Amino acid sequence: MTTSILFQAIVFLLGALICVPLAKRFGLSSVIGYLLAGVLIGPFLLGFVGEEGEDILHFAEFGVVMMLFLIGLEIEPKTFWQMRKRIVGLGGLQVGVTLILGYLLFYYIGFETNVAITIAMAVALSSTAITLQTLKEKNLMDSTYGTSSFSILLFQDIIVIPMLAVLPLLSSGGENNTTSHTTDNFHFLDGLSLGWQAAAILLSIVAIVLAGRYLIVPLLRLVAQARIRELLTASALFIVLGISFLMEMVGLSPALGAFLGGVVLATSEFKHELESNLEPFKGLLLGLFFITVGASINFQVIAENPIMIIGLVIAVIALKALVIYGVAKVFKIKTDQRLLLMIGLAQIGEFAFVLFSFAFQLNIIDQFNLDMMLVITALSMALTPILSLLNERFLLPKIGTKRQENRPMDHIAKTHKVILVGFGHFGSTVGRFLRAHGIEATILDHDSTRVDFLRKMGFQVYYGDATRMELLEAAGIADAKLLICAIGSTETTNHLVKIVKEKYPKLKLLVRARNRYDAYELMDAGVKDIYRESLDTSVKLASDALTHLGFRRYSVYRQAQNFIRYDEQGLKNMAERPKDRDAYISKARRELEQQEKLLEEDFTRGILSHDKLWDSDEMRSAALAKQRVKKT
Amino acid sequence: MRKILVLFAHPKLEQSKANLALINAIKDLEGVTFRDLYELYPDFNIHVNEEKKILALHDIIVWHHPFYWYSCPPLLKQWIDLVLEYNWAYGPNGRALWDKTCFNVITTGGSKELYCSSGSNHYSVAEFLRPFEQTAILCGMDYLSPFTVMGTHRVEAIDLNAYAEKYRALLEEMMRVPDLAYFKTTNFLSEITLPNQ
Repeated sequence: MTTSILFQAIVFLLGALICVPLAKRFGLSSVIGYLLAGVLIGPFLLGFVGEEGEDILHFAEFGVVMMLFLIGLEIEPKTFWQMRKRIVGLGGLQVGVTLILGYLLFYYIGFETNVAITIAMAVALSSTAITLQTLKEKNLMDSTYGTSSFSILLFQDIIVIPMLAVLPLLSSGGENNTTSHTTDNFHFLDGLSLGWQAAAILLSIVAIVLAGRYLIVPLLRLVAQARIRELLTASALFIVLGISFLMEMVGLSPALGAFLGGVVLATSEFKHELESNLEPFKGLLLGLFFITVGASINFQVIAENPIMIIGLVIAVIALKALVIYGVAKVFKIKTDQRLLLMIGLAQIGEFAFVLFSFAFQLNIIDQFNLDMMLVITALSMALTPILSLLNERFLLPKIGTKRQENRPMDHIAKTHKVILVGFGHFGSTVGRFLRAHGIEATILDHDSTRVDFLRKMGFQVYYGDATRMELLEAAGIADAKLLICAIGSTETTNHLVKIVKEKYPKLKLLVRARNRYDAYELMDAGVKDIYRESLDTSVKLASDALTHLGFRRYSVYRQAQNFIRYDEQGLKNMAERPKDRDAYISKARRELEQQEKLLEEDFTRGILSHDKLWDSDEMRSAALAKQRVKKT
Repeated sequence: MRKILVLFAHPKLEQSKANLALINAIKDLEGVTFRDLYELYPDFNIHVNEEKKILALHDIIVWHHPFYWYSCPPLLKQWIDLVLEYNWAYGPNGRALWDKTCFNVITTGGSKELYCSSGSNHYSVAEFLRPFEQTAILCGMDYLSPFTVMGTHRVEAIDLNAYAEKYRALLEEMMRVPDLAYFKTTNFLSEITLPNQ
């Protein structure tokens, strides 16, 4: 097997490129696609990937860390605090009950007490990667299923720390029995007493919160002012890596740290920019993670003990599912959501790889048990998407599932999403007026100083370059109702319109245009709602000028309305005419000619003389004529 | 001294000789507040609170307008719809306008003869003004007969100056006299005999 990095990368990418679209074509989740790719390139089919899989797995786990950071970004501290009871309640109950029942199950099967406890601990944990990826893909993060899954997973992320701490105590020979290769698990705090360790953990969490507020945000602002895009990507990676490093040092889960970091930064103006920068990394790393899980399924072990393995996989999944079902019932989660939750979290999670490897190092479990448990873990992960599919296709339709949540206000806020690009003098007026009607637009602006200032004024403004599709997508363009473009620069506006029209042709666009010539271009690009900043205001000024000269306000008001209507019609007519774009005529000259045409049309149409309403002259002369007839 | 509020509504005053003559005679009188609604609210966005404040300061409310399609121009209707709020102007707690006096000043193109059962308009002006009368009554106001300038289509046949004079004299008298009972004795305020005339 060649070990060239280039060749490996090609194998992984090609596997994903073939399997994931195929899975998608059959309506399966991308997770299945990645897992299949892993099996395909793994040691038991094509054999492109062998023992090094585990190193790659360790690297790919970083995708989970990034995912939790991104999820943290979605959750504001306030929301997080509101979730605390659910996290401890749901999560605690699930882990506790599964732990006890799992221990009993494996003890009665015939494992020794310490082995049974180790396995039960691993079994109690579910896969953050698979569950959250599925939730994101199906857009269910805001459902009861989504928030409950998340609460349980978060609790598991926390509980894994004491689990790792307890493992050495289970080792029959004590800690001295630890085999040589523990370098990965070296913790800075190992030498300290328990109290100091707890203090250090607490301190590091405080450090993350404080650094998020007072170090990272100012740093990002500084970077943003340099206006070099890749520097922001670098900062985003730096933040996640830095937090992970700090967490590993004090022996906390990097995923948990990253999540906290995300929550701290959720209220910052860089939220969307960070999201759009990390999204591709997260996606690729998670894909890599799933592929390595697929590749690590040891088919030889399965072939040797098929009945035992299959039996254990079924037993573990059934146990987990039943416990979650019961816990969800205690928390009064509705049947359809409960079923989703039960299947969604029934697999053994990626932490099992860590726990089992550590237990192996501590000589708690032997090589055979390790291989077997790793296979069971991987199989349970691989089965989850398939079970979910069966649940959704066959079980849920029967109980009349309703995915709609009964939180109408959230629903309205979500479905009436408005994206406002550009928050200068023009955009801020738009934003203020919308806000006065309870419509909180997602605002994007590329001036970090202004963004900072406006956020202090209480606006939800995000920093970023809106001509990047990733940023627009992070801002939620996919389910936005309106996109308002209030950018001053014609080039940026045209660019934005172009990319949005390409990818989201059905999205309603309301676009600011500087003048009629910009408006022509926007019309050519297919924009229907164009707002010339030079039209309404100047007509209003002209109206006021006329009133100062003694014209009646109402008459002038009506004429102004007519004028705007007629000018907009004229604009449409001119845009519709076949374009005689003579290359020799300069743009300036063409504009002058058009101006001349406009003035001419004003005269020939004579809009003022058209206003004959309320005019009694005709009636008057008719009455006079009648009078004369009578007299003669 | 009573105070009079003239709410004037004409969408095209530029072309109305009759109304120009009438309003020029009264708009600068002391004790009269002249409000040109189409000039104040060309966009029909009536400032309700301000209108209510002004109403409270006056004893006599005049709805002055041309008689369009047997009614008032739309902005005056908008004013009635928006300003005369429930529980302010009417309803169980609506006493703001109680004991005030109210009447219409109207100009009609057709002459008085057309406004009767045998004329082409079939009904009298008083009958056409019933909605205004009932509006005033519901708000606890005394409703008087209208001041009418009729037949303005033949404007040269009528003496606009005389009407304008009469309008001013009427408002002055109404502000001055201790009791308004006398003004209830006529079918047309424009035809009432004023003492100093």
